[in-house]
Amino acid sequence: MIAINNVSKWYGDFQVLTDCTTRVAKGEVVVVCGPSGSGKSTLIKCVNALEPFQKGSVVVNGIAVENTKTNLPRLRAQVGMVFQHFELFPHMTITQNLTVAQIKVLGRGKEEALDKGLKLLDRVGLKSQADKFPGQLSGGQQQRVAIARALAMDPICMLFDEPTSALDPEMINEVLDVMVQLAREGMTMMCVTHEMGFARKVAHRVIFMDQGAIVEDATKDDFFGKPHSERAQNFLAKILQH
Amino acid sequence: MGDFDFSIIAANWRFLAEGLRYTVQVTLTAMVGGILLGTLLALMRLASLWPLRWLAAAYINFFRSVPLVQVILAVYLILPLLLQFLTGRLIPIGADNSAYFTFTIFEAAYYAEIIRSGIQSIPRGQVAAGYALGFTYSQTMRLVVLPQAFRNMLPVLLTQTIVLFQDVSLVYAIGATDFFGAADKITQRDLRPVEMYTTVAVVYFVLCFALSRLVKYLQSRIAIIR
Repeated sequence: MIAINNVSKWYGDFQVLTDCTTRVAKGEVVVVCGPSGSGKSTLIKCVNALEPFQKGSVVVNGIAVENTKTNLPRLRAQVGMVFQHFELFPHMTITQNLTVAQIKVLGRGKEEALDKGLKLLDRVGLKSQADKFPGQLSGGQQQRVAIARALAMDPICMLFDEPTSALDPEMINEVLDVMVQLAREGMTMMCVTHEMGFARKVAHRVIFMDQGAIVEDATKDDFFGKPHSERAQNFLAKILQH
Repeated sequence: MGDFDFSIIAANWRFLAEGLRYTVQVTLTAMVGGILLGTLLALMRLASLWPLRWLAAAYINFFRSVPLVQVILAVYLILPLLLQFLTGRLIPIGADNSAYFTFTIFEAAYYAEIIRSGIQSIPRGQVAAGYALGFTYSQTMRLVVLPQAFRNMLPVLLTQTIVLFQDVSLVYAIGATDFFGAADKITQRDLRPVEMYTTVAVVYFVLCFALSRLVKYLQSRIAIIR
């Protein structure tokens, strides 16, 4: 589904990604973790070409994103993305947020888009908030709407870029619950997150990154059981202490 | 106080009203045209292609460096020659029409800078979210960035429009009759400057003040809940 092959990226002289290679199979849930500044978010944004890269290739569902002939809007419409800061459109109601891309990008009719949007809103438990504006919702609620907005496009896979890092602690679980449910339904997911509980629960594989490189790419059990690299061991020791 | 004679206003109200109508028309034309052209210039200025950026910057810097009166005069004198050169025919434009064009292209430079900063005030994540949903560049601008940017910059845009409304009086330089020009002409004929200019000042004040109240009202109406 997603193939990342030898991707390298530089900001000027500074190399942010070094020769990253990994794959996400259909139905697979892959968690990407690592210290901040390790390039996790940059890597995941390369998948839908929000971040350009200078070397290597990324193939999503058979389409190379770095190819200049690729119709990027069409490709991105099939890849759902959830951001750290939600990025709902603040000037639109929740309903409009859920329907605008369905109508403008997929060409769905208003009725159909509304129907789909409200169903998904119900699914994330926020049906009663349909006519509110994003600013009237809590962070956790906004992030659930953002997930519903991405799902409304019937994506073939979902990218999560630290979806819970900007949330107050008591709101993290309501978002993770939605993500766990999604994973169990077989959605292909690539998640940048520090939530190791989530990784333990639903991830098939865990990728550990440090200084722009993929240091460890292991099955969940291997990663939590016996990580190869010292850096991954240290990282786990630090974040799993409590 | 006995020397004041405001009958001069009543006697000439039709002429004054004509002037005011012209002032309002030029203001509205230049506002709408200037914001449209200014949006285009702002998008060019933020484009990734350097020739577009360069062209927009040159345009904006040029008009911001030249006094408005001079542009009014220059367009009035040069535009007919230019049109004659292009079409081969002599097309009389007249001072009145020339001003519509001048104010539109001049104000566009100022609106463009306001709009540029408005666009830049929108977080990059909003653009990323637009792209991630499959929007094209133009959809991202039209549906996500510009609606938010215009809400943010509405007060500044309308303030600029109030300045524009007052600046229309500079058309006296080419003999067009706006509101102030009309008052000026009557004054020179009837020699009652105090009554006339006082009245004009009051009218300008009332209109501009009303406009700034409107700005405040609109601001509270369309504010984005954050």
